[in-house]
Amino acid sequence: MKRVAIVDSGAGNLTSIFNALKAIGAEPYFWSSAAQAIDCEHLVLPGVGSFPDGMDRLTSSGLASAVVAHARAGKPILGICLGMQLLADHGDEFKPTQGLGLIPGRVTKLKVESSLFRLPHIGWNDVTFRSGTLTKGLGASADFYFVHSYVYEDPTAPYVVGCCEYGAEVVSIIESGNVFGTQFHPEKSQAAGLTILRNFLSVC
Amino acid sequence: MLKHRLIPVLFLKDGFLVRSESFTVHQNIGNPVAQVERYNSWNVDELIYIDISEVNVYSAKRCDMGNAQDLPANVSELVSIVARRCFMPLSFGGGIRTLEEIRARLSLGADKVTLNTLAVEDPEFITAAAHRFGSQAIIVSIDVKRHDDDSLEVYSDRGTRATGLSPDVWAQEAERRGAGEILLNSITRDGKAAGYDLDLVRRVVTATGIPVIACGGAGSYSDFAEAVTRGGASAAAAGNIFHFKELAYPLAKKHLKSAGLNFR
Repeated sequence: MKRVAIVDSGAGNLTSIFNALKAIGAEPYFWSSAAQAIDCEHLVLPGVGSFPDGMDRLTSSGLASAVVAHARAGKPILGICLGMQLLADHGDEFKPTQGLGLIPGRVTKLKVESSLFRLPHIGWNDVTFRSGTLTKGLGASADFYFVHSYVYEDPTAPYVVGCCEYGAEVVSIIESGNVFGTQFHPEKSQAAGLTILRNFLSVC
Repeated sequence: MLKHRLIPVLFLKDGFLVRSESFTVHQNIGNPVAQVERYNSWNVDELIYIDISEVNVYSAKRCDMGNAQDLPANVSELVSIVARRCFMPLSFGGGIRTLEEIRARLSLGADKVTLNTLAVEDPEFITAAAHRFGSQAIIVSIDVKRHDDDSLEVYSDRGTRATGLSPDVWAQEAERRGAGEILLNSITRDGKAAGYDLDLVRRVVTATGIPVIACGGAGSYSDFAEAVTRGGASAAAAGNIFHFKELAYPLAKKHLKSAGLNFR
């Protein structure tokens, strides 16, 4: 069974990702503090809430440096939703905040015409794939469940491998070497979501 | 493109799934856990469970309502059973009085909770909850009665207490205070299968900038279409139709897609 660590900085629902990893035959466990951040092969960085709050929690618990050390050692990491955003250099939510700096990007508010596109962007949207490891076996596109108002600013960046449309191109999947991220929730996206998680666990 | 959502709303009373009419008649239709596999195999977009019991602990002695032996002991147990089997968005509402109760539901695998009576009594609670758990986790549920003179009024306490609030004004305040979505239910249309109150839906959609889930009154698949096209709702929700029509969910989706609507 594949052991996979989930970063737990105390911000809420980790049961869903835990259940989903179990359902695909992995053995998930939590990194709840820097002391518990025991070396692992695969690391998942979930997250809900705001960018500054998420960074605060990671930094004050000492987990931020453990996450960065894991990624810098070349081992696979998957950021989900806010977790994917925190991998970036900068976030603009509420106030400019420095991220983990693993992806050269900036996270900004979705630029949509508010009369036509409600925020948050909530629901199932079809993501078109450019290439990539996470989407192997899913064809050219698939539906995933999104809940967010902020997003990676540049859909043309080289690390972007999947986008959907919501008034603008929405960066949905990123891959850069061993660093992966999904703006949607694979643990809430039924079969296609579980495929993403399986593909992540097969990266070595 | 973002798809419209079609959401089964499951009302629970004393541990059983119930069919509701006018918020007053509740007919027992069985064990909620027994339905979970069905929703899973249909790939439903999302599930909303709302507990309308008057006390928060299910009484296994309520044998008059059917076989209570296999029922989950309480909402928490149900949340955890459903969350282990369904990898889709899950909301659990009903009877929430404290932040701790929200935390408990989320920690068992719920993604969102719905707030209704407490939000009306203490609107500041919406803000506190959104601040702690994020707006994405907070749905404000609004139950509305259409009076004989055609005026609309928000009711709390499972549709029993008139609040004097107008639905569009209240929805706006809920949004301003941090709600991530509105679940809008019509008490007047509940269980009538005569279509959504599209005027009500349109008013609340126009007044707010967050997604509105329309509920109450769906009797045919074309009612779902009207909720999103004429009503402008982001999602159409219903209870009874999914229990009493064979394969209602997959057939509804098929109908909506063949009508050219953007459903999954």
